[in-house]
Amino acid sequence: MAAIFQGVGAAAALSSSLSNSFDSKKFVSSPLRKGASFAVVRSDGRVNLNPKGRRAQQLISNAVATKSDSAAASSSSKPGHELLLFEALQEGLEEEMERDIRVCVMGEDVGHYGGSYKVTKGLAKKFGDLRVLDTPIAENSFTGMGIGAAMTGLRPVVEGMNMGFLLLAFNQISNNCGMLHYTSGGQFTIPIVIRGPGGVGRQLGAEHSQRLESYFQSIPGIQMVACSTPYNAKGLMKAAIRSENPVILFEHVLLYNLKERIPDEDYICNLEEAEMVRPGEHVTILTYSRMRYHVMQAAKTLVNKGYDPEVIDIRSLKPFDLYTIGNSVKKTHRVLIVEECMRTGGIGASLIAAITENFNDYLDAPIMCLSSQDVPTPYAGTLEEVTVVQPAQIVTAVEQLCQ
Amino acid sequence: MILGRAFEDMCAQMYYRGKMFGFVHLYNGQEAVSTGFIKLLKQQDSVVSTYRDHVHALSKGVPARAVMSELFGKTTGCCRGQGGSMHMFSREHNLLGGFAFIGEGIPVATGAAFTSKYKREVLKEADCDHVTLAFFGDGTCNNGQFFECLNMAALWKLPIVFVVENNLWAIGMSHLRATSDPQIYKKGPAFGMPGIHVDGMDVLKVREVAKDAIGRARRGEGPTLVECETYRFRGHSLADPDELRDPAEKAHYAARDPITALKKYLIENSLASEADLKAIDKKIDEVVEDAVEFADESPVPSQSQLLENVFADPKGFGIGPDGRYRCEDPKFTEGTAHV
Repeated sequence: MAAIFQGVGAAAALSSSLSNSFDSKKFVSSPLRKGASFAVVRSDGRVNLNPKGRRAQQLISNAVATKSDSAAASSSSKPGHELLLFEALQEGLEEEMERDIRVCVMGEDVGHYGGSYKVTKGLAKKFGDLRVLDTPIAENSFTGMGIGAAMTGLRPVVEGMNMGFLLLAFNQISNNCGMLHYTSGGQFTIPIVIRGPGGVGRQLGAEHSQRLESYFQSIPGIQMVACSTPYNAKGLMKAAIRSENPVILFEHVLLYNLKERIPDEDYICNLEEAEMVRPGEHVTILTYSRMRYHVMQAAKTLVNKGYDPEVIDIRSLKPFDLYTIGNSVKKTHRVLIVEECMRTGGIGASLIAAITENFNDYLDAPIMCLSSQDVPTPYAGTLEEVTVVQPAQIVTAVEQLCQ
Repeated sequence: MILGRAFEDMCAQMYYRGKMFGFVHLYNGQEAVSTGFIKLLKQQDSVVSTYRDHVHALSKGVPARAVMSELFGKTTGCCRGQGGSMHMFSREHNLLGGFAFIGEGIPVATGAAFTSKYKREVLKEADCDHVTLAFFGDGTCNNGQFFECLNMAALWKLPIVFVVENNLWAIGMSHLRATSDPQIYKKGPAFGMPGIHVDGMDVLKVREVAKDAIGRARRGEGPTLVECETYRFRGHSLADPDELRDPAEKAHYAARDPITALKKYLIENSLASEADLKAIDKKIDEVVEDAVEFADESPVPSQSQLLENVFADPKGFGIGPDGRYRCEDPKFTEGTAHV
């Protein structure tokens, strides 16, 4: 098994938490991936590995993680390698481009500039300007171009510089991407991947801080996945490229610098499966993308207060993995959804509907959903902070739910 | 051209008899453009059209039976009945649709042209010279997607020809009332490609221009913008009462009917006789009758077809509460379970 540590260059502000050392490796394994396991990594803390139980205790010092002690070494035969999330995406993309010559990238500034978040860095030099295509600023048209290319045999990866820009491409995504396989009676497949960063960043302003998962979720014929760790970022990227369906891969602006140790060998993450982050007994917390880290931070507080939350990163936003979610609901009977999406018509709303429809008998309490406020993200830092769900709110919600 | 005309007339008949519904847009009067261009293509070349696509499909080689079945909504249609009048697709004949929103097909056509260039340069299929034709109307020429794609096609010298079927009317909006500079062909040079204007009612003139444009694209010299001045004899669709257009204008263009013009030309230049032409007419009538019969007798899609082509990989429907993929559940594929 690979040992996974997390560290980012900056120093931790709270030194007290640094006194905790790594006892041993504790891996939370997802039941769905054979063989590979990993420990949960946080963007705002280190991973403290618990020798005893089956759960990883998260020690959250502050928003910035420290370099971890890698002496508690891996018992894995393959050491794996450490990298940042955007590098994991790049690695996944590069491996797929090497593996299949039909995979190509198109987007603004993906070629010579290397991508505005450096996900395509170096690829243009390696694969050429046509395979890593710098497009003019015409989202609707180059997304449509990607769709046309996908119909005629290529496997394009379209990058939206920011998910918000894909609103301009919504016409092509909704009308063509999702529909053409159906309206052509199955004659044309559209193996396209549309990806880009979204979510609330650090004071980027309203238009660059949009959470658009909800806008795309009703489109029939597409799959949506959200990555949250370097491991699943690479795995989902590869799976999305290999998939015959059109896939929208949601990344998050603030997660690009997460560091994790990932396996050397080739692996993919199943597009339709959710990830068990932390098994528990008292309450099921469903989350995805950046909120996973807020949840894990809150989990630390909750554990100290005596609660035992089960945290699931749903990863697949469309379709939902009702099996993992269902098993969890049947075990804990209480559900809390924590998401960054908008409240109205968001992923949480759909998830509540799906759970109520399928597992209503197993619920002891109404499902709670914490989502972003239905406001355009304000610029001011203090206001921006309260637009998204914070760990303190999660703790309160769990306490309320478990009464 | 005769097939196109006869087919479209039959469509109108069938529509009024209640065999097909919805929006049906007929191509009467514009046949010269379709025939002039598409008949110069090879099978691997692609055609992208709009909602007025029946005749483009027929010209590209899709059998009349398949098109008629599709219009009737039967499983034997070219898109299994799932597309309809406005969404004709054929992988075999490289007809990439059939798009209901105007301008939507132009980026798709640009993508197909991109694939052609990619095949030549990256996949090293050096003899790949597939050309893509994008057909669209005058209304589309005011749409952003048109301009964006002109830019990209010229920028990367994509093997594509943009064919504007300027029939002067976008439903009830006259081209002159909607466009600041109505001469569309002039917009080509603004992007760095030749812009050509041609009389779209004369199939031989269209063919000459098409030869040049397609040849240019095949040689890798880049895109061309061709504006065909043409006219639709019927309304925008079968639901359009067509009251706005001036009868004098209609008469003017009716006198330039491409089919009558070509017939006259053939007879005057002794390339065919009256009898030959009558035989063609008769044969086409038989083809169309046969198509209608075939479509009539074809089965309607069963409920199990509802969810069949939503995803290329049906695992996209997800994992159900029982742990199995939904698509493995027979009830699901019967179309009775909810997505």
